Amino acid sequence: MSIPPSDRPKDIRVSLVGEDALLFAFTATTAADVPIDVQQRVWQLYGWLDLQREPLGLIEIVPGMGNILIRASQKTLLNTLQDLVLTHWPQLKDIDVQGRTIEIPVSYGGADGPDIDYVAEHCGISIVELIETHCSRTYRVYCLGFQPGFAYLGDLDPRLILPRAKTPRLAIAPGSVAIAGSQTAIYPSESPGGWHIIGHTEVPLFTPTKSPITLLQIGDSVRFVPVGEPR
Amino acid sequence: MIEVLRSGPLTTVQDLGRFGLRHLGISQAGVLDPIAFRQGNLMLGNPENAAVLEVSVGPLFLRFTAPCRIVLTGVDFAGSISNPNAPTTQQVLPGHPTAIATGSTLSLLRPAIAGAKGYLAVSGGIDVPLLLGSRSTDLNNRFGGLNGRALQAGDYLPLSRQAPPQPGLNTLVRSFAPSHVLRALPGPDYDLFDDDAHQQFWMQPWGISHQSNRMGMRLKGRRLDLLQPVNLLSAGVLPGDVQVPNDGLPIILANDAQTIGGYPRIASVIQADLWQLAHMSPNTSVYFQPVSHAIAVAAKLHQSQYFERLSEQLQQARQAD
Repeated sequence: MSIPPSDRPKDIRVSLVGEDALLFAFTATTAADVPIDVQQRVWQLYGWLDLQREPLGLIEIVPGMGNILIRASQKTLLNTLQDLVLTHWPQLKDIDVQGRTIEIPVSYGGADGPDIDYVAEHCGISIVELIETHCSRTYRVYCLGFQPGFAYLGDLDPRLILPRAKTPRLAIAPGSVAIAGSQTAIYPSESPGGWHIIGHTEVPLFTPTKSPITLLQIGDSVRFVPVGEPR
Repeated sequence: MIEVLRSGPLTTVQDLGRFGLRHLGISQAGVLDPIAFRQGNLMLGNPENAAVLEVSVGPLFLRFTAPCRIVLTGVDFAGSISNPNAPTTQQVLPGHPTAIATGSTLSLLRPAIAGAKGYLAVSGGIDVPLLLGSRSTDLNNRFGGLNGRALQAGDYLPLSRQAPPQPGLNTLVRSFAPSHVLRALPGPDYDLFDDDAHQQFWMQPWGISHQSNRMGMRLKGRRLDLLQPVNLLSAGVLPGDVQVPNDGLPIILANDAQTIGGYPRIASVIQADLWQLAHMSPNTSVYFQPVSHAIAVAAKLHQSQYFERLSEQLQQARQAD
């Protein structure tokens, strides 16, 4: 690789994934949470690379949690791609990507949020407090994945942090609003999953026939708004 | 049109799949065996990415309401054609372009190897709507292909009307025989595993679990242990990545796998060998073989050269006809 190790930005780990992809990890891969300023740089890096998809022949650019996976065609050598990213990273400023703010109406509890009692009990708060706490923050879309339009939203109030369920549900309904670890999310499609379901929204998150395809994009801000009475 | 008279589970419309959308959580989908897919379309003179049927479990009975030519590739499915006006059924030779008359029925019985995939290419391709750049069925998220699901009796598949009138070729293309040796490169988390895991991974024969599907091939064998438990940050994953979840048994991610994962990745199967995922059966086992990056790149190039040669040979054969 042409950048000597001594001149490389510190704490960045670059790994080869298969023969044509590189994974850049910008924080320790096992860090419990990704600092928002690191993730803001990941969003900026994504935007910068997205503009160069065609000229560089980039097949996939996938932002993760404090990392980015880039799959390249033969047009760009992986060494060249590594140099480009490592040279550009230090030039990124600690500025926020101006995403949109999207309000998601949520019906909490009852059949819409079957785990709400479990969550309230294990967090030691009332259901009303749980809903207020979940709705009190503005979350950021760290990245999308797992399903089309599934947004990893952070950060959850520390009072709501619970590990994932030991036994995942076989089928979680589309529109389910769930929490796990320091994140919250909405399931766009039916799927098995180990997150705790506290509510439901009718807002479609993935519409393959429309543009944009997914309601939420990286860097967007999300607020949950309770609708109806908690059940 | 093609009328589906009967279909076993998991017959789907597929092309090469969706690319450039993984940042939105959209999986690749597409044929598990791109070699058999390309062979079929080349034999028919189809557009490169014309949609085909991927057949997993027989039987599949299709009636053609228009004349058509077909090629069967991938695993042998004991195909035959019957026509109400003809007394005998005609066997379909795999890899050989075969004409089908209006009103005829094509029957695919069962795969020669249980679990392996067969491909039915039709002249012009199957003309379901293009969605997000592909005609492939995304079974998990229920879009693409025919109504986002596997075929059922009573379905009608539209055929492309813009099929180029290619003369029928009296030649055949041979299927690739899977070696069940998957060449692989160490993954980003290789060093998180202990020495015994490294040795086990490359040395032991891995059985194929019945729970394998288009999302991933689940392997059976002695478990692989990490040096210490880890909780990794979620990162993008690709088909071919070999993840090791908490039970220590590897999963080779396949075309329908999710786009982001959090399990340690011990290795990635090289792209030139990914087609073999379509031929894994609960009755077979596979080995992983470590190769260099240069070998992986060369193997991919070798494959594209094979298709260039095949394409040239077929063009010459058409001109000679």
